[in-house]
Amino acid sequence: MHARPAQASTSNARSVAQSVAQPAAGAPEILTEILGGAQIARTIDRIAHQILERNGEQPIVLLGIPTRGVHLAKRLADRLTAFTGRPIPVGSLDITLYRDDLRRRPPRALEETRIPAGGLDNATVVLVDDVLYSGRTIRAALDALRDHGRPAVVQLAVLVDRGHRQLPIRADYVGKNIPTAFGDDVAVHLVEIDGLDSVELARAVPTREEITGRPGEGTS
Amino acid sequence: MTTTAAHVPTARPTPTPTSTAPTGAAAPTGSTEPVVPTMPRHLLSAGDLTRGSAELILDTAERIDQAMAGREVRKLPTLRGRTVVNLFFEDSTRTRISFELAAKRLSADVINFSAKGSSVSKGESLKDTAWTLQAMGADAVVCRHSASGAPQQLSGWVDGHVINAGDGTHEHPTQALLDAFTLRRHLGRLDGRRIVVVGDVLHSRVARSNVLLLSTLGAQVTLVAPPTLVPVGVDAWPAQVSYDLDGALTGADAVMMLRVQRERMSGAFFPTEREYSRGYGLDERRRALLADDAIVMHPGPMNRGMEITPGVADGVNSVIVEQVANGVTVRMAVLYLLLSGEMDGGL
Repeated sequence: MHARPAQASTSNARSVAQSVAQPAAGAPEILTEILGGAQIARTIDRIAHQILERNGEQPIVLLGIPTRGVHLAKRLADRLTAFTGRPIPVGSLDITLYRDDLRRRPPRALEETRIPAGGLDNATVVLVDDVLYSGRTIRAALDALRDHGRPAVVQLAVLVDRGHRQLPIRADYVGKNIPTAFGDDVAVHLVEIDGLDSVELARAVPTREEITGRPGEGTS
Repeated sequence: MTTTAAHVPTARPTPTPTSTAPTGAAAPTGSTEPVVPTMPRHLLSAGDLTRGSAELILDTAERIDQAMAGREVRKLPTLRGRTVVNLFFEDSTRTRISFELAAKRLSADVINFSAKGSSVSKGESLKDTAWTLQAMGADAVVCRHSASGAPQQLSGWVDGHVINAGDGTHEHPTQALLDAFTLRRHLGRLDGRRIVVVGDVLHSRVARSNVLLLSTLGAQVTLVAPPTLVPVGVDAWPAQVSYDLDGALTGADAVMMLRVQRERMSGAFFPTEREYSRGYGLDERRRALLADDAIVMHPGPMNRGMEITPGVADGVNSVIVEQVANGVTVRMAVLYLLLSGEMDGGL
C-alpha cells in the first residue's frame, strides 16, 4: 500500500486502453487469486451477520450497484432472509446518470434501476458494490438515493476495498481489504455473470524505469 | 483484463467480462464497459441511425423511464450546466414542450427561441440565428423549420449538436423514435411485425422517419394513402405501398394514422373530407380487422372525425396519449447520448 495517487487520473494510459475494451496488450501482469468461491460465500455470510448485528430489527433495504453489486445484493438478501426468516427487499440503483465524468467519456449504456415496492423512506438502506476504489461511484449513488427518497440510514457494503479513495467515503462492511498499487486491477467474477466466483488481483509488473525512477511504485 | 504473464497460477478459462477498476473516475468498479454503439454527432435523419444506435436510444429511454418511476425528485443532474436551445421556426406544441421538459428533467438550461413572424428571408435568418447560437455557446440546438434540410444546414454552422425536431416534409426522427419505443413496449421486438402507416404520406415527415427507423428495427412497414398523397420515389423507401386499407389492416400489429396536413396542401388532393374519411379513415370496423393485441397510434394533433373517429382515438387499443408521455423519455435519452462524452480523450 502506497501513497495515494497524486491526482484524480483519468488519463492513465492503462485505463484508456481498457476503456476501449482492449486488453492491455504487452503489459505484463501477475495474476493472483485473492478469494475463491467458498471464501466469497463465507464472506457474504459474515457481512450478512454484521448487517444484522448492527441494524437489529430495523427495516433493511439492500440496493446493489450494477452490475455485480446487484448480484451481491441478491446473495446478501438471500442470506439475510435465511438468518432472520423475514424477506429483505432488494433492488438495484444505476448511477450512470449521476456520474461526474459524463462529459469526459463516451456515452454509456444505462443499467437497471429498480427501487423495491416499499420505497426507501425511513429504511436502513445498505448500498452493495463489488469493489470500493475511488469512492466516486458511492458519491454518485448517494446523490441518486437523495432523489429517490429519504432513508433513515445509509450504509455501504463492499466485497473488496482496494484503497485509493479520492473522496471521504468509507465502507461499513468490507469483505476483504486488498492493498493495491495504483496500476493494479482488482477483478471480481461472479457466477451469475462470469460463470465462476473469484476475486483476482492483477498486479502490474514494474518496469525497470518504474523501479529505479520512482521507487516503490508498482511493487508490493 | 487478459494476461499473458507466465505467473498465472491456474489454467482455467479467463472469464470474459472482467471487472477492472483502473480509473479514478466514478466507474462502477465492478462493471464492464459494454461496447456502446456510436451515435451520430447530430440527429438529423432516422436513416442515420444504425440498428445498434437506434436500440441504444430505445434501451436508454427504457432505463431512464425506470429510473424516473415513482421518485420524489423528477430530475436527473446529468446535463447540469449545459445549454439546450429550442429553435422553432414553425408552430409546435407537443414537440417543443416535450423537448423542453426532457432537457429540464436532465437539469440542462433551456432557451426557447421562437422565430415566428421573422421577416428576414429564410436562408439569411437561419444563418444569422446560427451565429447567435454559436456566440451563446449552445451545447444542443433543437430545430424545427418549415424548410426541409434546414437542420442539416444548421449543423454546418454551429458547434453544438443539432437535433431535427421536424423539417418541412422531410423528417422528424425523434417522433419515429418515440413511436418505435411505444411499439416496442407493446409488441416486444419489432422483427417481422407488420405496421401500417395510413394517410397523408406525401406531406408527412413522421411517415418518412418512421419508415426508415422501423425498417432498421426489422419491422415490415406498409404505407396506405390515396394515390395523390403518395410521394414520388416511394419505391426506394423500405416499405410496401397499398391503396387498400382494409386489406393492409387485416392482421396488422399496429396502425399509425397520419394527420391530413391541410396547411401544406396547395392543391386538391382528394375530393371531400367525407370521401377521404370513408376511404382512409380509421373507424371501429377497421380497427377490428387488426390483430388482437394491435395498437392504434397517431402522432398528433388529430383531426378527429377525419383520419380517425373519436371512438377509436379514445378506445382501449389507442396509445396516443402514451406516445406523448414516451416522447419526453425518448428525448431525454437522445439528449443524454448526444451530449455526453463531449470532451472525449482529454481532461
